[in-house]
Amino acid sequence: MEYYRKVGINIMKVVDARGLSCPEPIMLTNEALKSESAVTVLVDEAHQKTNVEKFASEKGKKTSVTDKDGYFEIIVE
Amino acid sequence: MSVANSKWKLLVIGAICGLIAVCLAIFGNPANMAFCIACFIRDTAGALGLHQAEVVQYARPETIGLVIGAFLISFATKEYKSTGGSSPMIRFILGFCMMVGALIFLGCPLRMILRMSAGDLTAWIALIGFILGIGTGVIFLKGGFSLGRAYETSKLSGMVISLLSLAILLLAVGTNLLKQSTAGPGSMHAPIIMSLIGGLLFGALAQKARICFAGSIRDVILLRNFDLLSAVVGLFVVMLIYNLASGNFALGMNTPGIIAHSEHLWNILGMYVVGLAAVLAGGCPLRQLILAGQGSNDSAVTVLGMLIGAAICHNFGLASSGTSVNPETKELIKGAVTTNGKVACIICIVVLLVIAFVSKRQTKAASN
Repeated sequence: MEYYRKVGINIMKVVDARGLSCPEPIMLTNEALKSESAVTVLVDEAHQKTNVEKFASEKGKKTSVTDKDGYFEIIVE
Repeated sequence: MSVANSKWKLLVIGAICGLIAVCLAIFGNPANMAFCIACFIRDTAGALGLHQAEVVQYARPETIGLVIGAFLISFATKEYKSTGGSSPMIRFILGFCMMVGALIFLGCPLRMILRMSAGDLTAWIALIGFILGIGTGVIFLKGGFSLGRAYETSKLSGMVISLLSLAILLLAVGTNLLKQSTAGPGSMHAPIIMSLIGGLLFGALAQKARICFAGSIRDVILLRNFDLLSAVVGLFVVMLIYNLASGNFALGMNTPGIIAHSEHLWNILGMYVVGLAAVLAGGCPLRQLILAGQGSNDSAVTVLGMLIGAAICHNFGLASSGTSVNPETKELIKGAVTTNGKVACIICIVVLLVIAFVSKRQTKAASN
């Protein structure tokens, strides 16, 4: 990933939290945000999408959600 | 903005749930058991003949309503999703343990709050165990505890628990097949239609607001987030006002007639089991019913664990007895925890710790 960053291509870290129970999606997002300023989070339940959005907002981050086929892609930055 | 996004909204929803519990208590549900998930699943197990404790047999429409209410609201809001496969049999054991712990304390976390609001100091002491259990669960979560991923299943599979609940309701209102207590807590209940509507409303609200008694404390410990706790506070305040206004508030221990006991160590350990099992399962008994209604096969299995756990508790004498008064001599009979119950409680703690130690996240969920 560092290699791509050096050449100017930004690849965002992906947290795949699909199918995990509460509060694992939040914990994984929190962990990822310790080393990254922006992450993509994948969840497949509506309440988990809300949880991640709320958590990101509390961390001062913006989110944008895309409703994919059977799951949500949340970009936290 | 989503319902779950505002502390004040959660507080109001919790208060409405409190009002539902108040109505059910006024119209006939047992004192301080206006709405208890563990007690009501236990009563339903009795109605189905899974145990023979004659005083606690009644197909509680509240639990049926909770499941169906969560199903209907999630279906209407397109949040219904049939999933399963996240260590279902471990979840069965977690549900089983939750019920053993709850019936040693004599109540689920919801009833613990109701008892606390009525001045029952034994429930305040049990809260220590509940918090410690949740704290233990949080340590394991931080260490990478996971029961693995759930995957999408056939849509119908997630509806089975709601359909079974509906079937029990139909059997209760249309046949004489189910058992029904003629004395004791099982004989005390609000009218069926009121209990059902109360359950449906409570279920829908709990689904939208994600009410979870274990999650509320877990989020405070883990994330310093007080959102879910707001709903619990709302419910507590309404019940406290009701109890003070109606004269049901009695500060003390060994209060007869409220189905509680004063064996503090076992109140603490019983709720420790509930708290730890609930964190490992991803939600308290109420939350398990709601998740089951919105399509989680894993939570449905947890509910079945609770149902069988309740039956075993009464078949093998694990459930505690509440403090009462001998109607003839007027003598106080202290409630007690049975020896079998104490042994079962210790076994549950050991089993939960083993599950917590061995269940680690297997694949790296965050990738570059």
